[in-house]
Amino acid sequence: MALSDKELKEISYLARINVKEESFSSLKKELEQILTLFEELNEADTSSVDAMSHPLDLSQPTRKDEVTEENKRDELLKNAPSVKSGLFIVPKVIDGEA
Amino acid sequence: MDLHKLSLKEQLEGLKKSEFTSVELTSHYLKRISKHDEKFNSFITVTEENALMQAKAADERYKKDKSLPLDGVPIAHKDIFCTKGVRTTCGSKMLSNFEAPYSSTVYTKLDEHGMVMLGKTNMDEFAMGSSNETSYFGPVSNPWDTEYVPGGSSGGSASCVSAELAPIATATDTGGSIRQPASLCGLTGIKPTYGRVSRYGMIAFASSLDQGGVVARSAEDAALILEGMSGHDPKDSTSLKLPSPDLTKNLKDSIQGMKIGLPKEFFEQDMPSYVEQSIQEAIETYKSLGAEIVEVSLKNINLSLPIYYIIAPAECSANLSRYDGVRYGYRCEDPKDIEDLYMRTREEGFGAEVKRRILIGTYALSAGFYDAYYLKAQKCRQLVANDFTNAFESVDVILSPTTPGTAFKAGEKSDDPTEMYLQDIFTIPANLAGLPGISIPCGEHGGLPLGMQLVGNSLQEDKLLQFAHSYQSNTDWHKKMPNI
Repeated sequence: MALSDKELKEISYLARINVKEESFSSLKKELEQILTLFEELNEADTSSVDAMSHPLDLSQPTRKDEVTEENKRDELLKNAPSVKSGLFIVPKVIDGEA
Repeated sequence: MDLHKLSLKEQLEGLKKSEFTSVELTSHYLKRISKHDEKFNSFITVTEENALMQAKAADERYKKDKSLPLDGVPIAHKDIFCTKGVRTTCGSKMLSNFEAPYSSTVYTKLDEHGMVMLGKTNMDEFAMGSSNETSYFGPVSNPWDTEYVPGGSSGGSASCVSAELAPIATATDTGGSIRQPASLCGLTGIKPTYGRVSRYGMIAFASSLDQGGVVARSAEDAALILEGMSGHDPKDSTSLKLPSPDLTKNLKDSIQGMKIGLPKEFFEQDMPSYVEQSIQEAIETYKSLGAEIVEVSLKNINLSLPIYYIIAPAECSANLSRYDGVRYGYRCEDPKDIEDLYMRTREEGFGAEVKRRILIGTYALSAGFYDAYYLKAQKCRQLVANDFTNAFESVDVILSPTTPGTAFKAGEKSDDPTEMYLQDIFTIPANLAGLPGISIPCGEHGGLPLGMQLVGNSLQEDKLLQFAHSYQSNTDWHKKMPNI
């Protein structure tokens, strides 16, 4: 199972993890090794089996639609890397004239 | 008095009888940590002040005759469990300054039982690793020989209990992260049935596999604490709607006439002769205790490793998308735009193994590959689970080695991810099927301990502990501790 540089770039963008060009070849080798491991599953006959979703096959529980969380805005913002006026600060997202 | 030589149960009894106070017991462990942990690096954070405060409160309750079930006994928590007021790092640069605004259910329950937290233990970054070498806070060493790894990902928990710097520690297990370090450090480690222990406030790695448990010095100690941390939690939608099980009631019952299954696929594999010999001796012990040995077949078990390395990275790539440098955690310097902020924050904040798994998972879930990888793996996972269901029609527990060998040297496997993954070959199947598993010490080789694994049917933690206790009542492998 071979990965191209283009594929690696695409995956790294989808995962939003920057990968430096100089580590491409070693990372590709490591990922290819893992992907080769996956090929062992091709031999398994799964035509008559459903995909497993929960080990004990439970359905999703529901609860009453009630507010259970209290407002912890200040406490939550304490962990944020950049805050102003009670808001998270990030670089400008939308370009264009005002 | 060497208080650390008492079992957790004896410590609890001593506190009840006022033979010593919780402040004395807690101070004793804090002194040991400050004296010895430099060698092992098993703690990321030691919460000395907090611990003494909790201990004092426990002593007050004893004085007033209002003590709680586990009052005043110290415990170390894996740094994956959120603890309000104390930072929770998950072994990552990404969370190196993170202070959770709430506590995990596991911490809260044990706190409400009166347990005293000594600190937060080191671990592989985001619980991804089998050697505790991927922690941002440095590697942990094995107290039996500091040149060797303690296993992972709960390496800090195993190391500190093995060095007797804590009587017990919480841990988590996604593919073997409780049982493998327990095996390599000569401890008893139990991963309960998926859904037994709440995952609320336990930082997510692969949500359909993650499960909390403990590493302890005996099955008896493990039973006491696991009981205290189990039970339904409405805050975790996958938590089982069952009360906390009584794990001590049947602990001392005989295993006469009960059946142990040996999966032939495991025993067909090449394993070092010392592993085979230790397991054979354990089987003989069980026979002498009246257990019947039966061969079973888990014919799809060889698919476990590839299934795991699709499902776990896929789920981790989704879970770890929350670390974006916006709301909490690490953020890169001077991002030029929002994309740059995401891309560099995640490049710099995550270590190599975590990034590798996120990339693999992203690939497996990406358009065009979902059916071939994730869906196929979930189907194969059902095949493995079916094998266990069939096997448990004729046996009570399934026995195997826990690990392919004793601990390996630090650095020995860190360059080859797939070689490292083989560490979990015996432990992964129980996670895939959601079954409880325990590792108990059963031998040694070259001065390093080795464990055997017992896997039980769903919800049968009590039976696993009964089998483990029965073995430990007739052998003394679990009593051997390293000279530190």
